Amino acid sequence: MSTAAETAKAAVRPASRSVRIRRNPVGRTLVKLPFWLLIALIALYALFPFYWALRSAFTPDPELFSTPIQYFPSHPTWAHFDDALSSSFFRRALLNSAIVAGSVTLLSLAIGSLAAYALGRFRFRGKSFVLYLMLSMTIFPQIAILGALYTMFSGFHIVAFLDFPKLYDSLWSLVFSYLIFTLPFTIWVLTSFMRALPADLEEAAYVDGATPLQVFWKVLLPLIAPGLVTTGLLAFIAAWNEYLFAVSFIQSPDHYTVPVAIVSFVGKTSAFQIPWGTWMAATVIVTLPLIVATLVLQRRILAGLTAGAVKG
Amino acid sequence: MLLPALAVVAFVAIYPLGRTVYQSFTNQEFLAGLEPTKRVGLDNYHRLIHDTIFRDTVVLTIKFTVITVSIEFVLGLIIALAVNSSFKGRGVMRAIMLVPWAIPTVVAAKMWVWMLDDTYGVVNDLGVRTHVLSHPHAWLAQPKTVLLSACAVDIWKTTPFVALLLLAGMQVIPKDLYEAASVDGASQLQQFWRITFPLLRPAILVTLIFRTLDALRAFDVFQVLFGYRLGAQSMAVYNQSTIVQDGHVGYGAAMSVAIFLIIALFVVIYVTFVRVTEE
Repeated sequence: MSTAAETAKAAVRPASRSVRIRRNPVGRTLVKLPFWLLIALIALYALFPFYWALRSAFTPDPELFSTPIQYFPSHPTWAHFDDALSSSFFRRALLNSAIVAGSVTLLSLAIGSLAAYALGRFRFRGKSFVLYLMLSMTIFPQIAILGALYTMFSGFHIVAFLDFPKLYDSLWSLVFSYLIFTLPFTIWVLTSFMRALPADLEEAAYVDGATPLQVFWKVLLPLIAPGLVTTGLLAFIAAWNEYLFAVSFIQSPDHYTVPVAIVSFVGKTSAFQIPWGTWMAATVIVTLPLIVATLVLQRRILAGLTAGAVKG
Repeated sequence: MLLPALAVVAFVAIYPLGRTVYQSFTNQEFLAGLEPTKRVGLDNYHRLIHDTIFRDTVVLTIKFTVITVSIEFVLGLIIALAVNSSFKGRGVMRAIMLVPWAIPTVVAAKMWVWMLDDTYGVVNDLGVRTHVLSHPHAWLAQPKTVLLSACAVDIWKTTPFVALLLLAGMQVIPKDLYEAASVDGASQLQQFWRITFPLLRPAILVTLIFRTLDALRAFDVFQVLFGYRLGAQSMAVYNQSTIVQDGHVGYGAAMSVAIFLIIALFVVIYVTFVRVTEE
């Protein structure tokens, strides 16, 4: 904002003078200075907490719990990372989260791409209703169905026409319930990808005698691969990060997912001191893959995230 | 082809929602056998209106929503404007902005618990060093700073995301508009108010609605920062603890319905606002 105001002021002055300032390299830097300060401030704000977690993970305990605090570890150590990774509880949680997030991603891509095929390539009655239903699901408050799912999973209340499997405390309860926020979003984004494809491709395939399912599998699916990667990653991150259902439906520590484990994580350091170093090492381990994936697929994620916001 | 998707939505969303509404009229308890489940009419809702704990959580959550959404919007707009101008390293900057978004909320909250630590926390240290604070605070323990701490975490985590959504909206505004405006001698500030702001309106509204709904159902931040402490519970935290910790399924369901209605009320307010201003 300060830059906008700055340049606005500059524009009011006689043009010749401001042009002279801009042509001079020193002047140009001075004009740009507030702008770069703002950029630096934003970057610092966004990154500092993560830097702090890293710094705390590498700082040995005696330094970590002494004042005045150090902003850079003078004797960096891997000890906290060893602690975190050697805990079978934490490793188990990583595995559980990978299973849950992986299954949710595959399921929503499989179901979602089929639905997107129908919604994006065919005309039929009630199509816009289905699309709006999906859109309204994306803003559905999960808390509203917590109790219902909770009793459904514990299976003691039998529905008239079907006996619900007892999913309570099993990872499947999470896979099942996470579909509520991954699937509608997947369908919504993939439908827009499907729509964007030209019609000639399919027609050519139909002329050659392909069935609709073959067209879907061999022609359309490869073409929307970028969309699959984007939505898949977003679904994976959403499932990996989910906490409300995970903390409600899972009871035994063996089945904890990463967020639940992080909150209840107690390392093996002394009972008197909270093991913040190990804790921060665990948070870094959990977050690093997500950050790397996000950075690598940055453009696609932005496109996926904003697809709904801009077009919708 | 649509069938699997519709079946899932029916099972995971629509049926449970109907079930919640039904449960809200019963006295169902999780530990069956204590008392047979029977219909109790509006008893749960009656109890809810007089539940002062619930009332406090509603007030706290709405305060949290208003504060975070407005600060995130203003900060996000400033960041989006800065990053929208072309400069070297714009791509890097956008990548940096995705970092807080990619960090799980639970993990972000945990990082902040450590940063807000009363003895070894960096926030107190920085504050005292720069003389902003006269003495270290126990941010999470004091009732006075509960709202402040929760807002700080949420604002850090979500502002970059808000900025990215607004940025996406800015990039679809045609560049010629600005060129034409500069030729006509419009200042940058005028260009912002006359071009950027009006054309950004759809993106702004979508962002605000999404963020408001998200803030109203906040669970992770409050639960990790404060656990189930009284006076520091959001609506979702109290609701979850009623159902899961206490096992009061019927009463919890009534609360879920109430929260659902409060959230719906905000949607209605936004939609009416859009209609009124468009006319």
